[in-house]
Amino acid sequence: MSGSYYESSARARITGMLDAGSFHEWLTAAERVTSPHLAILEQPAAFDDGVIIGQGSISGKQIFIAAQEGGFMGGAVGEVHGAKIVGVLERAVRDHPAAVLLLLETGGVRLQEANAGLIAVSEVMRSILSARAAGVPVIVAIGGQYGCFGGMGIASRCATAIIMSEEGRLGLSGPEVIETVRGVEEYDSRDRALVWRTVGGKHRYLLGECDIIVPDSMDDFQHAITACINKGDDWSLAALEREHQLLSKRVKHFGECKDGRDIWRELGWSDPDAIAMMGNDEFIAAAQGRRAKQTAGGS
Amino acid sequence: MEWQKVASQLFPSGHQIRQDSDLLLGEGRCGKHTVAVIGTTNHTEVGVELALAMATAVLDVIRNHPARPIVFLVDTSGQRLRHRDEMLGLNGYMAHLAKCVEMARRRGHAIISLVYEQALSGGFLANGMMADVCAALPEAEIRVMGLPAMARVTRISEERLTELSKSSPVFAPGAKNYLKMGGLDALWEGDLSACLTDALEQVDASDHRRKRGLERGGRLLAEPVVNRVLTDS
Repeated sequence: MSGSYYESSARARITGMLDAGSFHEWLTAAERVTSPHLAILEQPAAFDDGVIIGQGSISGKQIFIAAQEGGFMGGAVGEVHGAKIVGVLERAVRDHPAAVLLLLETGGVRLQEANAGLIAVSEVMRSILSARAAGVPVIVAIGGQYGCFGGMGIASRCATAIIMSEEGRLGLSGPEVIETVRGVEEYDSRDRALVWRTVGGKHRYLLGECDIIVPDSMDDFQHAITACINKGDDWSLAALEREHQLLSKRVKHFGECKDGRDIWRELGWSDPDAIAMMGNDEFIAAAQGRRAKQTAGGS
Repeated sequence: MEWQKVASQLFPSGHQIRQDSDLLLGEGRCGKHTVAVIGTTNHTEVGVELALAMATAVLDVIRNHPARPIVFLVDTSGQRLRHRDEMLGLNGYMAHLAKCVEMARRRGHAIISLVYEQALSGGFLANGMMADVCAALPEAEIRVMGLPAMARVTRISEERLTELSKSSPVFAPGAKNYLKMGGLDALWEGDLSACLTDALEQVDASDHRRKRGLERGGRLLAEPVVNRVLTDS
């Protein structure tokens, strides 16, 4: 049994999933590439600005990787943090590794450097799509305690594939933000079951918002990443058109639903409450034919 | 500025833009160019339906009008902050729209965006910020979050943030700050039609924002950090 992905730091995830001894870091902590925007707010900086980047191999395939550290400012994206990820993706456009892995754990834009962070997230989005257009699959893993939110929730869905654990969270506005703005009646961020039914891994898998769901272990994430690398990418107008159909159907069929459970019922789960108790394998087996996914050619 | 006024100034020789609720769709004539227009109005929040409708419009242009430029008229108060839209995967709809814009770019469509009223975070990332040329009217409001909300989330007092926002383009709202940081190519003033014509003639499909941010002194690290990653052994 390998270690928990959820409990691990970004660095432990890299060493836990890449081939032993293969990781080579770019812009190491010793180089002190830090955010210049935090000191003015009397906030501590980190020597890696909350993201670790480099190259290595996974199952023998050469990959580039960026791993966000949720422990530093919730993985939030500032100018330097974002530029490190963009650099990895642009280097991939030039050097054509087998894939770029993005281990995302982030609340989105770092508000202390809000404008720079927002532009950086936009640059990440465009560079993900540039890598894909250059034929390099971009694979996202989400399974840390901060989930993947804000602009990076959008960026993650620009990637080739998303792998999540049940514990992973994926969305745009986080529950706390919606509760702050609209009130607890709209979205109770402390109702963990509600949050799980809204942005959790199983719900995202059933909707077709993530491609693979895995148990919370680094081995399982690693196997799923390898499967995604082997599957390759389909950056084409035809694939976009299929996604368009999927998203159109989703609004049409589930647009009136009030809760994740209502969607699951529509998908054919007669006992939606049973989903929470299912182990990963049992859940995937039961989800056959009870999951909204793309038609012919899609995944 | 009202969108009708913006449209008549952008397209003095005529346009057929119609408003359907908060969505603007149509085409306009600008010099020798006919451009597709996709936009929003009423400071609308972008939810799943609106993101999907804009994606539909982009795919229609790709299908029916090869290489026709696309102009986004941006006015949004951000992504829709609703449980229901999150449950349906609003981030996926936004990403889909962004991918459609990217696909249009790669098939030869010039992408121009003009923030004529408001642009906020998530509602701006999926269309306006995907453009080759991103412009704003000088009075347009561009921001990630208002200072009161920012103060709540960061636990830094609003007074302190207000004070800092006078000297720092990094987190203060406003079109001028985005210009300085390279997030905007230009502020459009005076003859909007001439501004659009110039933009259409000078489209650079590569992402040049961090170079602009460095040249203009508003974002000094993004470009060198990317270059260091590209050259680090």
